[in-house]
Amino acid sequence: MEAALSRAQELSGPRALAVAGIAVGALTLWLALPPWTIRSIAMPFALGIIAAAFGIGALARGDRAAGVWALVAAFLGATGALWAQGVQAETLDDIFTAGLIASTLRFATPLAFAAMGGIFSERSGVVNIGLEGMMLVGAFFAVWGSIWSGSWIVGLMMAMLFGGLLALVHGIFSIHLQADQIVSGFAVNLLALGLTGYLFSSIYPGGIPTADVSRVPKLELPFLEDVPAVGDFLFGVLGDLSLLVWLMFAVVILSYFVLFKTPIGLRIRSVGEHPRAADTVGISVYGVRYAAVVVSGILAALGGAFLSIGFTGTFSENMTSGRGFIALAAVIFGKWRPGWAFVATLLFGFGFALAIPLQREADVSENLISTVPYILTLIAVAGVIGRSIPPAAIGRPYIKQ
Amino acid sequence: MTVTPPAPAPEKDEVYERRARIYERAGGALIPLAATVLAFLIGGLVVLITGHNPVAAYKAIFEGAGFNWILPWVQGDERTEAARDLQQTLRVATPLMLTALAVAFAFRCGLFNIGGQGQYWLGFIAALWVGTHIQGLSRPLHVILGIAAGIAGGALWGGIAGLLRATVGAHEVITTIMLNWIAIFGGQYLYEGGGPLQGAVAALPRSDVLDGSARLWIIWPAYLHAGFLVAIAALLVYYVILNRTTLGYEVRAVGFSPEAARYSGIGVRRSYFLALAISGSFAGLAGAVDVLGFKYAVDTSDFATNFVGFTGIAVALLGRNKAVGIFFASILFAALSTGTSSRQLDPEIFEPALAADLSTMIQALVIFFVGAEFLIVSVWGARRYLRVRPASREKPAL
Repeated sequence: MEAALSRAQELSGPRALAVAGIAVGALTLWLALPPWTIRSIAMPFALGIIAAAFGIGALARGDRAAGVWALVAAFLGATGALWAQGVQAETLDDIFTAGLIASTLRFATPLAFAAMGGIFSERSGVVNIGLEGMMLVGAFFAVWGSIWSGSWIVGLMMAMLFGGLLALVHGIFSIHLQADQIVSGFAVNLLALGLTGYLFSSIYPGGIPTADVSRVPKLELPFLEDVPAVGDFLFGVLGDLSLLVWLMFAVVILSYFVLFKTPIGLRIRSVGEHPRAADTVGISVYGVRYAAVVVSGILAALGGAFLSIGFTGTFSENMTSGRGFIALAAVIFGKWRPGWAFVATLLFGFGFALAIPLQREADVSENLISTVPYILTLIAVAGVIGRSIPPAAIGRPYIKQ
Repeated sequence: MTVTPPAPAPEKDEVYERRARIYERAGGALIPLAATVLAFLIGGLVVLITGHNPVAAYKAIFEGAGFNWILPWVQGDERTEAARDLQQTLRVATPLMLTALAVAFAFRCGLFNIGGQGQYWLGFIAALWVGTHIQGLSRPLHVILGIAAGIAGGALWGGIAGLLRATVGAHEVITTIMLNWIAIFGGQYLYEGGGPLQGAVAALPRSDVLDGSARLWIIWPAYLHAGFLVAIAALLVYYVILNRTTLGYEVRAVGFSPEAARYSGIGVRRSYFLALAISGSFAGLAGAVDVLGFKYAVDTSDFATNFVGFTGIAVALLGRNKAVGIFFASILFAALSTGTSSRQLDPEIFEPALAADLSTMIQALVIFFVGAEFLIVSVWGARRYLRVRPASREKPAL
């Protein structure tokens, strides 16, 4: 009886109200999209108001963060639904396809690799805004290795090698030389930009010979089509993805496992939270930090390699164009946890993936849609998701005694 | 016969302290100089490894930047050309000084403003709007209005980051980077594909050209405009605000130790907000003088290729956030930029495409070495100087 009562209380609690608000907000948008494609002006308004009411309820009962999210969901759901109603049903069918989800995964992959790298580095107490540069180096050396050897495997190796080396530079400056980690990371980005540009212009003056690039193969899973009912959809999403996308799934799961279920992870986290204590019990603070930073470089470089030999099959100057920073935002968004950071990269990936068909089919300015992931990040770091608490010793060099 | 005892050998600590004092007296100029020399040496090594002659390359960059103008034996046509090159170098240095101030001011408050690029664009767009959409003003009035709009635009963009930092503690590194991208994509939206500010020619992704009355005066024909003087004035303003006003005192106090500042009754959050808003206005001013001084219009491709705001970070770091340091550092980086541009550099000696990347690498190395004060100071033997400095920065999430 008592249990049932407390359960009932929980269900009317602010958090539950907020979740309901977010759900209704999402439903608002979903009903306007295929396969439902409801066409009525009343629907979005009515549902939007209901969602907002849930949000205000949550706010009034003291759960500020979740309440604001519910309000955001109500607003986005209603405006999105109103917009969708102005677009022809067939156009919407062309935008929201299984291909969109596959494309989301493709956009999320480089971000997820880099974000996992960022988590390792930051969990050990080293801020890594050099992810961007490490991705760029990975992208270049993957192409270089793959052309030089004719094998994409060597390309990936080269990307990991040089990404790791660049991370080592960041490590030396920020761990041993006690440089400001943000300044050092910024310099890493600039160095990578100059170095890859320099090598690119001097090794490939006529541009990358794309025909010689050995690309990472795709993993075809034709049997997915035979799954009853959802076969087409499953195949459309998962049937034809690059091997690196699958590797990314593995890396995300492995990152979670290593960080939270193994002694190694415990060491990394303790070094990031309280290096002095870790040192006292015999953990090598510098050793762990170097290892974590190098791993972050290797993972970020894999993300860059996906951009070049996994996706486009070529390299261009500054081709990462800010993805490292978005990955960093995903790390914060995900509160330094691999699973949540992965969800954040999916969100950003969806933002990017949506820009292409929206522009093609519905004539929405690509530039405007491109700003959406960044605005979302702003909202996210502004603490609407609830406060992100970083590792306690982050950004501070450790001085041995 | 009395034997005077030999003077006791100075303690090791004393030696260190003496060196630390010398180091401090040098005004911190030692590290930037050493860092620059080291960076150029390593850059030269890269040139050498890739099969070019570093001395010839550096000489070509030096002359491409117009620095040979100061050499008295350079005469005639060569001198005219050098003058033109030097004017361009100074023209490039102008916005660099200002975006560097945008970084430096925030730095003195313990904040890292990476948003100079976005703030620059906001200032640029605002000044351009004033120059194209407001008519019938006298020239001084129009110019001043354009500059004021630029300052306001930059202050707005910096202020958003400042507000987020002051109220909810969002880390300014992330927010300013996001604001950069929003400004870049937003700017592209404005001027292409039928965007609201696109110029009269619908086929071109371009703005209109601003009115003659909104243009800055040329002070050294043919290239150098009055924006250079504005930038010098801004350096003075920066110095005065920081060192001669209460606001500057508070900003520096917060930068030195937010905790101590809070206990002495300084509004730390207010300082964060003001520091970023003022930083933004310096960067916005950079955009304004660029557009009113010589660009006169914007092409959407500029949004992807202009890195003035990012270079400003390197300038501020090399200039150690001091007005004088920023002046010289901006001229160095401007020289690297004009000296390696395809118009100035002879491709026979060194390909401009390579040279531009080389200068990016040199910038990166300079930042590394300036950042790793420890490296250079420990070579100098003044390590204790670092030990006695208090940990000054309290940072939220990154």
